[in-house]
Amino acid sequence: MADPVKFTIDGQELEAAPGTLVIEAAKRAGIEIPSFCYYEGYSLQAACRMCLVEVEKMPKMQVACTLPVANGMVVRTDTPQTRGARKSTLEFLLTNHPLDCPVCDKGGECELQDMVFRYGAGESRFTETKLHVDEQQWSPVVYYDGPRCILCFRCVRACEEGMGVAALGVVNRGAVSLIAPNGGDHLNCDECGQCIDICPVGALTSGAYRYQTRPWEMEHTGTICTHCADGCKTTLGTRNDQIIRGNNRDRSGVNGEFLCVKGRYAFDFNDHAERLQSPMVKVNGKLEPVSWAKALEVVSKKFGEIKARGGKFGVVGSNHSTNEENFYLQKFARQGLGTNNIDHRRTGDVVTLVDALSGTNGSLATTADMYERKAFLILGADLAVEHPLLSFQIRANYRHHAARIYTVTARAVREDDYAVRSIRKPAFSEFEALEELRGALAAEPELVILFGDTVKGPDVRKLVEFGQSLSIPVKYTALVDYSNSRGAIDMGLVPELGPGFHATGAAGLTLPEMLAAGDLDALWVVGENPLAQAALASKKAFVVVQDMFLTETAKAADVVLPSASAYEKNGTVTNVCGEVQRVKRAAATMGAKPDLEIIGLIAKEMGLAATMGPWLPDTVYGEIRRTVKGYDIPLPLVALGAQQTVPVNGRVGVDVRPDLVWSAHENLFTSGTLGRYSKILNSVIEKRSGAATPEQELARQ
Amino acid sequence: MYNQPSPLEVPVLTRRFRLPNSHKIDTYLANEGYQAFEKAIGMSQDDIINEVKASGLRGRGGAGFPTGMKWSFVPRQSPKPKYIIVNGDESEPGTCKDRLLMEFDPHQLIEGILIAGLAVGAHQGYIYIRGEFRYLIEHMDRAIDEAYARGYLGDNILGRGIKFHLATHSGAGAYECGEESALLESFEGKRGNPRIRPPFPAVAGAYSCPTVLNNVETYCAVPSIILKGAAYFAGLGSPKNGGTRLFCLSGHVNKPGVYELPMGFNLMRLINEVGGGVRGGKKLKAVIPGGSSCPVLKADECDLNLDFDTVAAAKSMLGSGGVVVMDEDTCMVKAALRIMRFYAHESCGWCIPCREGTTWLRKVLQRFHDGQGVKSDIVLIGDLSRNMLGRTFCPLGDAAAMPTIAFVEKFRDEFEAHLDGKPCPYEKKLVAA
Repeated sequence: MADPVKFTIDGQELEAAPGTLVIEAAKRAGIEIPSFCYYEGYSLQAACRMCLVEVEKMPKMQVACTLPVANGMVVRTDTPQTRGARKSTLEFLLTNHPLDCPVCDKGGECELQDMVFRYGAGESRFTETKLHVDEQQWSPVVYYDGPRCILCFRCVRACEEGMGVAALGVVNRGAVSLIAPNGGDHLNCDECGQCIDICPVGALTSGAYRYQTRPWEMEHTGTICTHCADGCKTTLGTRNDQIIRGNNRDRSGVNGEFLCVKGRYAFDFNDHAERLQSPMVKVNGKLEPVSWAKALEVVSKKFGEIKARGGKFGVVGSNHSTNEENFYLQKFARQGLGTNNIDHRRTGDVVTLVDALSGTNGSLATTADMYERKAFLILGADLAVEHPLLSFQIRANYRHHAARIYTVTARAVREDDYAVRSIRKPAFSEFEALEELRGALAAEPELVILFGDTVKGPDVRKLVEFGQSLSIPVKYTALVDYSNSRGAIDMGLVPELGPGFHATGAAGLTLPEMLAAGDLDALWVVGENPLAQAALASKKAFVVVQDMFLTETAKAADVVLPSASAYEKNGTVTNVCGEVQRVKRAAATMGAKPDLEIIGLIAKEMGLAATMGPWLPDTVYGEIRRTVKGYDIPLPLVALGAQQTVPVNGRVGVDVRPDLVWSAHENLFTSGTLGRYSKILNSVIEKRSGAATPEQELARQ
Repeated sequence: MYNQPSPLEVPVLTRRFRLPNSHKIDTYLANEGYQAFEKAIGMSQDDIINEVKASGLRGRGGAGFPTGMKWSFVPRQSPKPKYIIVNGDESEPGTCKDRLLMEFDPHQLIEGILIAGLAVGAHQGYIYIRGEFRYLIEHMDRAIDEAYARGYLGDNILGRGIKFHLATHSGAGAYECGEESALLESFEGKRGNPRIRPPFPAVAGAYSCPTVLNNVETYCAVPSIILKGAAYFAGLGSPKNGGTRLFCLSGHVNKPGVYELPMGFNLMRLINEVGGGVRGGKKLKAVIPGGSSCPVLKADECDLNLDFDTVAAAKSMLGSGGVVVMDEDTCMVKAALRIMRFYAHESCGWCIPCREGTTWLRKVLQRFHDGQGVKSDIVLIGDLSRNMLGRTFCPLGDAAAMPTIAFVEKFRDEFEAHLDGKPCPYEKKLVAA
């Protein structure tokens, strides 16, 4: 490390590493140098000229965003000259800016407003006609209002550098310059909406949010996105218990400000008209609404009967439910109902990975590792489509630290664009490429291996052996699907393993076995939809379904209990990297209850309240801390930010069934049942495929 | 053919212009052509650069940076290829010399490029030609073909083991691309926005490789320097301002045209003796000495020598050699408006002060000239210009601000004559005449 550089900003004697930009050095010292175009992490522009500062011995003012500090440099940020420059730049900006702040989505959280408030002039000298161009809709979720645009080029960089998509550019020149989409009049992109989020003014606005509210009328709840397994923090803006915006402008969580189309827009399933709001019981083959008391009575009575005669239960949990709910559900199944027939849809072979890692120098990678480690091997996964945050992190790592990336995939993936080596191998034969890469990988100082569902069972063990043989530190990520797939396994939603990967030693039916068992007496499905793909063999089974919607499984149920969504409850979830994070209640739907409460109420009704304990998320989490290895993390720490759970050290001792591990390969625009009920995702898909117009879609519904 | 020559001219770069078929390689070879290149082959890289340094040659694009020094900034040892790029994006209003140099003596330019290539160790050159000069691109291409055919370009030039390739590249019609870093962006196929500097092109230019980038006229001066010696060339001009320069005399003079004169030639002599005086016997009002971006000189300031330093001392610039003469009937508000219209049209839009400032000024000046001006506008015009000055990303903002400030300061009375709904006094005069 080179010696630090010593310099002075506004009389403060400071030190920083060589190459530090004046604007950054000032920020660290608590001195604000205003800027629009400078954006940490993206390429330098020096376009907005807001950050002009005086530097001793330099004749002209200098832009602080491209000027590196130098020994003996004396910088002044607050002088009559700099104040005058800021004022005049803002005066220039406001000449063609429409000042439609009262109806602008950004009003109240607009950087231009804040800048003018702080540095601008009290009155305008501009008396000419303003330039105007009409607003454009680029996609169902992205609108561009050209006159408001201050041309800071943040959106262009977020798209090109951050996303690796480059869907935005500049057309025309001079004062009539505009940002333009790659499709001419529409966008061909990931629809991630980061361009909207990063826009300092109201030039780019969200199709979901525009003209919905004034920002200060919303309440903001930081929670975790319920779609993929990456576990992005999303800040939900709600008004009157309705979610109207998702973003992460406070840049907290594992994702910083990153969000994909699902995290930003696909919260609208929550308000879908088909949300279930009343329990239903099947009467004469037809589901009829009943009171909660009645529905709970029917369930508990039937469960009690079946339990009393030693009948066969099947319990199915979900990889969207919280850890608390899953823990409570398996406890109920195992201790309350006395069955080990409990399972969920398994999407990645985490268990074998944890088992294989015991006794090696390998460990599980964190989300931060994706940005910090030096080399990556991606096996059989299209990260940009299925794990957008991990893809974003690795891309930023490449951009900032020249990370070296190797891909072995069946089809071209976005990571190929900056990979050192890309090898095409059909699914399940990715291994054939490993020996080819051995030399290159062994020469890396460290490695992170990410693998999808084509590597499972014995292949995971082979992969870990391969990693071990490289004699370098290797970290692993078994890619899983949904917001809490990892937690579902950790909480013991499989017959062979209890919470914390403790082998149960007891026999139990797996999910396909439950569905196939002709003598199943009861099937209890919490937040899953197994009957969408398979039939239930047992004709006599009493089916209880907890869900938000009348899914294929719910339609076949004897009792349907309306459950709250992930955005309507408290608890914790564990992401693909094993980081446990807190979800918080942002909204509520009348009539629906969180699954934890529903399970608790059934337990109470069955007289099992003492066995089960209270259904309070924090209390259940306390039990998880005591029971599940690696989860002994105090809640305040979890609330502060992501905490990686410590992987089990030692053999799991059970071979889980690799044939049950299948990813649904949800892409950027699909998300199982939730995606089906997100109008925004559907509108984006329709626009992209051109298959059906919204009118046609409405007619079809 | 262009204008009639003046007996006061010192033809060095233009010495072959009036020969029949001056653009053909045979004419060129018969008149000292490629002899400087052959001489340079026998010289070391340092010798060539030192010779150019000693000649006092300063960049003819406008900034007047010493050429030899610019070449010496190119790293001698570089793992990357080096490039010679010619700025033929001649678009400064009032300037029309590079097109003649390419039209009448294209091989002189090619020879200059070849010598620059030898000086810095480059093997590839590109001539970036203004898009509107379509005919010139084809013309230069034919000259390049001739040079290839005769062994002056290729992998083994003249059998001497020298490799140099040359091609033309078309601009797309942006003034901004005459700025060297914007030219490089455009050359690389991107939008013609200027780049953050440093690094300068000598270190990281085209494709981030070391690049020599000079104006057409600058390269054209090089063969004469090498062939006839630095002392000869330096001796033609005034101190620190070596050689001759192609002055583009336009406006209200009797004999407008491009004249090659020694650096340091007196401006009044240029107007009266070379240009035959102000047209129609009118009185001289003002002169823009070096293209539209240079502050205007009042008639009483015009008795000065046209070299970089003297004009700079008069608070203007020698610029690109475009001398625009304006007689007593010229409306200075209209002149300021015409110039600002150009800059507002040509601002690339990258930075706020230039993008918004030029457009605002254009609107104010238009309104002002239309008789809708109020007294505070005069202050506003000066203020806005000063708010752009020195604060923009590239010199285009300064180029728009500096002349405007000069117009307001030097001809405030004319601005005041437009106030309070009064029609332009000069428009009236024209109608009466």
